[in-house]
Amino acid sequence: MALLEVSDLSITFGGVLAVQNVSFSVEAGVVYSVIGPNGAGKTTLFNLITGIYRPKSGDVRLDGEMVTGRPPHELARKGVARTFQNLQICMNMTAIENVMLGGHLSVDRNLIKGMLRFSSVRRADAVLREKSAELMAYVGLGAYVDADASVMPYGALKRLEIARAMAARPRILFLDEPAAGFNPTETTEIDGLVRKIANSGITVVLVEHDMKMVMNISDRILVLNYGKKLTEGAAREVRRDPAVIAAYLGKAA
Amino acid sequence: MMRTNYGLFILAAILLALPLLLPNTYYFDIANRMAINAIVVLGLNLLIGYAGQISLGHAGFFGIGAYASAVLTTHFSWPPIAALCAGAAGAALIAAAIAPPIFRLRGHYLAMATLGLGIVISIVLKNEASYTGGPDGMSVSPLSVFGWEIFGERQWYWLFAGILLFSVWACQNLIDSPFGRALRALHGSEVASQVVGVGAARYKATIFVLSAFFASIMGSLTAHYVGFVTPDTAEFSHSIELVTMVVVGGMASVYGSVIGAVLLTALPQALTTLEGWETVAFGTILMLSMIFLPKGLGPTLAAKFGSAR
Amino acid sequence: MLSQFLQFMFSGVTVGATYALAALGFALIYNASNVINFAQGEFIMLGGMLTVFFLKTGLPMPVALVLAVAIPAVVGVLVEKLAIEPAKGAEVVGLIIITIGASLVLRGLVQIWFGKGAATFPAFSGDAPIAVGGAALAPQTLWVLGITAAIVVALWLFFNRTLAGKAILATSFDPLAAQLVGINTQWVLLVSFALSAAIGAIGGILLTPITMTSYDVGIMLGLKGFVAAVVGGLGSGLGAVVGGLMVGIIEALSAGYISSAYKDAAPFLLIFVVLFFLPRGLFGAKATERV
Repeated sequence: MALLEVSDLSITFGGVLAVQNVSFSVEAGVVYSVIGPNGAGKTTLFNLITGIYRPKSGDVRLDGEMVTGRPPHELARKGVARTFQNLQICMNMTAIENVMLGGHLSVDRNLIKGMLRFSSVRRADAVLREKSAELMAYVGLGAYVDADASVMPYGALKRLEIARAMAARPRILFLDEPAAGFNPTETTEIDGLVRKIANSGITVVLVEHDMKMVMNISDRILVLNYGKKLTEGAAREVRRDPAVIAAYLGKAA
Repeated sequence: MMRTNYGLFILAAILLALPLLLPNTYYFDIANRMAINAIVVLGLNLLIGYAGQISLGHAGFFGIGAYASAVLTTHFSWPPIAALCAGAAGAALIAAAIAPPIFRLRGHYLAMATLGLGIVISIVLKNEASYTGGPDGMSVSPLSVFGWEIFGERQWYWLFAGILLFSVWACQNLIDSPFGRALRALHGSEVASQVVGVGAARYKATIFVLSAFFASIMGSLTAHYVGFVTPDTAEFSHSIELVTMVVVGGMASVYGSVIGAVLLTALPQALTTLEGWETVAFGTILMLSMIFLPKGLGPTLAAKFGSAR
Repeated sequence: MLSQFLQFMFSGVTVGATYALAALGFALIYNASNVINFAQGEFIMLGGMLTVFFLKTGLPMPVALVLAVAIPAVVGVLVEKLAIEPAKGAEVVGLIIITIGASLVLRGLVQIWFGKGAATFPAFSGDAPIAVGGAALAPQTLWVLGITAAIVVALWLFFNRTLAGKAILATSFDPLAAQLVGINTQWVLLVSFALSAAIGAIGGILLTPITMTSYDVGIMLGLKGFVAAVVGGLGSGLGAVVGGLMVGIIEALSAGYISSAYKDAAPFLLIFVVLFFLPRGLFGAKATERV
């Protein structure tokens, strides 16, 4: 049974069918990429699966369990983590606090215990802090541990989001355009990071425009166009599919 | 990440030294009022400054506490502590009940809903005259705990100072705790906090209830302290005063809350010398402080002295 | 039965028209600057108070009326220049505090100059009530409704048929884009405040013969106008008018049928009902956050 099963997922905004009857499944431990021209509905698809939007119809199954339309914080409990295309960093906190936020479900969040400074809460939080610092080093942000998020450069913030998502120790990680706005060098670095993450056993679902990165790293690819599934398969096959080439480059190609 | 809590020691030192410096009970009374406001504002700041929400009706909870104590002790002969607990429970229940629907609202719509809540509470208090004494208010017997009565500004001072110190400590702990981090994250990016497992609705409701709790308890104590309650305590203008203390003192700043409360409690007293021009002066000071110190006094001072929070 | 209902409806629609004008003022300023102007109620108060003042000094009614609308418009511009502009980029809560400060200043000044007493002036066409279906309709009510309707129509024409009006609308949708096509957004802001203050003042003038005026009428009128604007959907002109009338009617009906002590609570309870089903008010824009 696949880790993630999406069947017939659809959503409309106003009159626009943003995602139409999309179905696919992701096996545990693979790197699965979703590609397509701008406006194809990739981020919307992510938002549907991760609970940001509720679908008009269709199902999402995680490890066999129906999770369609469940809110994001419930999905987090089931091991789903994600990053955002438009950064969603808490600029009012430091970098490491942002990462510690990712580990929210792993510590005691009790209000009263927090107010009364129970040593159990403090100890667990200190452990979380250590782990978060390690994660920051893992993604290459060791220098920024105590920095304010608001002064960090764009590239660092993209990595920070990944660190935050990792702090949740997810089973499945959704990365929405992790290399957006990166130059070729930075893209190669992110490529390496995503590989490292995939090799550690986490299932990675990726939306990305950079074709080199996608082809290098993916096991399987889903191609979306105008909200519909165009094709799906192993990376090698998809790259040669004429329909895919046409969708990206126009019929003339 | 716990550093030596200099701020708390300094506050404790000030609170201990103050009685030696205050010349007479009039000043003790002002100090008490400052402490009362500071404690309410600490709770309110958790909601407004840290969690990034808004409440323009918080005086309503203060009024609930005040009248719960007044009515239960006077008309039903309840012991004061029981009445205080009942008031706090009532305020918490109302806050918990109203939170789910209103925190689905955003921005000005949320502000409006909290405004409405406060006004409805104050109107109820004003109208149920048979219980509450109506617009003229009612008197309240002094606070007695197991036979021992707290009497006089000086005795009350020690009670309020103790509660203030505890509240500052508790709020700082809360901010540094995982719960507090989740709160601040809600303000920073609600979407991001949701995907890591922070149920926004539950957290907003919890902090709303906590701040209502603070307000209600202080309302009850104030009722016993002053010996009299009027529906003004729950009025819109009181709610605005509290929000002003949060904003002028510094949102998301524990010591800012204290500073804001101290200044804006002292200010009307200082302005009485202006005879008739108090409203104009108060309004002008509000405008100027928001224009020139948009972050509030606490954070502006902290930035100058380089300390965090 | 019917005559009683009609009576309540008349008073509800009358005060509702004032709320509608106040709500329009809120909507105008909110659209131009994203600020909720808590001083709006004071513009309403100024309209009535200034009319009383000028009449007392012996000026003829028409002159007094013109001044009582023009001066608040100027005050509106001053509030924008002295309070809003210097605070560019402040957080929403900060801006709310600033406009509250401005309202305190205005109220305080009026209190000093005119004292705390209530005052009024004669209705525009006398007090002889007109009998309609068994209910008494004060002639002033017709003035209130007529002029309010005229203002609403005039505003609609202004915003939809004149270039200046469209410029203001454009600015409310996207200030940066408006600037880039050459619209003077500074001017738009000033006009919005002036217009909003003038409309509020007119509402206050019309209402004074019916309810009297004093230095502190602005508080509740402004608040209820705000309720109307939110219930109708912040920023929507149609919403402001519908919201205003709704608030006025519900207030009058609950005063009549339930209890006059709780009539002030009715508008605020209305908020909960409306916002529960329509979190952005009746005609408010639905916002979707792009993540």
